[in-house]
Amino acid sequence: MSANAAATAHSSAQTTTAVTLASVTVSFRLADGGAYKAVENATLDVADGEFVAIVGPTGCGKSTLLNIAAGLIAPSLGRVDIFGVELATLNRQAGYLFQADSLFPWKTALENVAIGLETSGTPPAAARERAQIWLTRVGLGSFGDRYPHMLSGGQRKRVGLAQVLIRDPKILLMDEPFGPLDAQTRQIMGNQLLDLWSADRKAVLFVTHDLEEAIALSDRVVIMSAGPAAHIIGDWRVALARPRDIAEVKLERAFHDIHREIWQVLKSEVMKGYAQTGGG
Amino acid sequence: MQRAKLITLQLLVAVASLVLWHLLTAIPVGDKPLLPPFFFSTPLDVAARVVKWFAEGTIWRHLWITLTEAILAFVIGSVAGVLVGFWFARQPLVAAVLDPYVKMFNALPRIVLAPIFTLWFGLGIMSKVALGVTLVFFIVFFNVYQGVKEVSPTVLANARMLGMSERQLMRHVYWPSALSWMFSSLHTSVGFAVVGAVVGEYLGSAAGLGYLILQAEGTFDIAGVFAGMFVLAAFVIVIDTLVTMVEKRLLVWRPLAAETRT
Repeated sequence: MSANAAATAHSSAQTTTAVTLASVTVSFRLADGGAYKAVENATLDVADGEFVAIVGPTGCGKSTLLNIAAGLIAPSLGRVDIFGVELATLNRQAGYLFQADSLFPWKTALENVAIGLETSGTPPAAARERAQIWLTRVGLGSFGDRYPHMLSGGQRKRVGLAQVLIRDPKILLMDEPFGPLDAQTRQIMGNQLLDLWSADRKAVLFVTHDLEEAIALSDRVVIMSAGPAAHIIGDWRVALARPRDIAEVKLERAFHDIHREIWQVLKSEVMKGYAQTGGG
Repeated sequence: MQRAKLITLQLLVAVASLVLWHLLTAIPVGDKPLLPPFFFSTPLDVAARVVKWFAEGTIWRHLWITLTEAILAFVIGSVAGVLVGFWFARQPLVAAVLDPYVKMFNALPRIVLAPIFTLWFGLGIMSKVALGVTLVFFIVFFNVYQGVKEVSPTVLANARMLGMSERQLMRHVYWPSALSWMFSSLHTSVGFAVVGAVVGEYLGSAAGLGYLILQAEGTFDIAGVFAGMFVLAAFVIVIDTLVTMVEKRLLVWRPLAAETRT
């Protein structure tokens, strides 16, 4: 299995590339006038239909990379291409599932999902109809009239997923979407995500700090170093068969092999990150 | 606690206070009551006065005037507060430049403006409305300003990723957020609209509840003063109940502490 390891992103040159980050560096200006380099010289390709997980220690700028790909922030250096076209404004082809609560608290679950279509001109009635289908798809068909505060954390995430997917984005950006959930819910959500994804294989960029989750879900695992000036230090292809069941795939021999291999690299970075953030 | 029991206890407080008031003003200790009725009136006199006002129907005109002033002050103050609040929140430069002036006006005890408003707008209702507006405006303004500025950055980023235009952001994000802040201060701003009306009347007018109280005071008619206060209190409670009903309808999406889940 180790023959697959360290395969570079460029091995998939045949298929179209959905997201290209070319030597991207991101610096933030600090309040005291200094600059903080969050990400340095990151180069990453995500092929169309590919599920890529980015794993790194806390505070390593994983979310920054997603924000770059989403066009929410512009890189200080380097360039971002989306399907071969340089990204200048917001990435209109991407759906973004945020780490923090991002539903509109004043809209019901159904309205929250429908708004994704309404913004692009779908009449409200039709948007609601589609929204109901999507709510059912994420298992919340009878929760349409609930406001976000009446839903559990996992339910809110699923509404968020429906809100993003109803727009049928070509690229899906996910920032530790299952972070705050308990282990069982994470597993269920992971399987649900794989189900939905396998239906039409979008390009996915999935940020997590959980290596097991990353391997179980994705085609490729990218490891980032501890910040500041975080950079990409490893890129592994996950050669596990699909469709996968998250709980079962973790029992496979191949899973353990690749996990051990990646963990060797990740471990020292995690310790560095831990030392820097004081364990926070 | 059960509702019936609670209401019983609440009524008990009212009855006890009235009885105490009655005893202190009506029962002589030695040669005279502890509280002279000339200064404290008696509950029966006050009740008789209230009944008389309603029986003769003279009170309605005053109530109507005060209500009109309060509603006008609330509506004008709120609309202005919402507009300026939005403007400030969306134009940080404007907000920064005008900030000291806003603070200055807000720090000013509004009652000193009353004589000026009387000079400008006369003794009619407009001078009272103007006073109420200056009170309501700042409450609504600060809340809307805060509401627009404190939209969660994640919700905002999500809205943009979902493809919202500036107009849609306004309608689906800023506006509901600002409204929720405004409504959370609804009780305060409606209360201040009434305060503005009554204080304005008290300082110079020809009608309204404030006028009624002022007239009674001018003739040492303490029963009239107390009767005016009770009518005013009842009036405010009715308005406050209506506000609570409106609030419940409009803020249905907001979590009550007990039912929030995580």
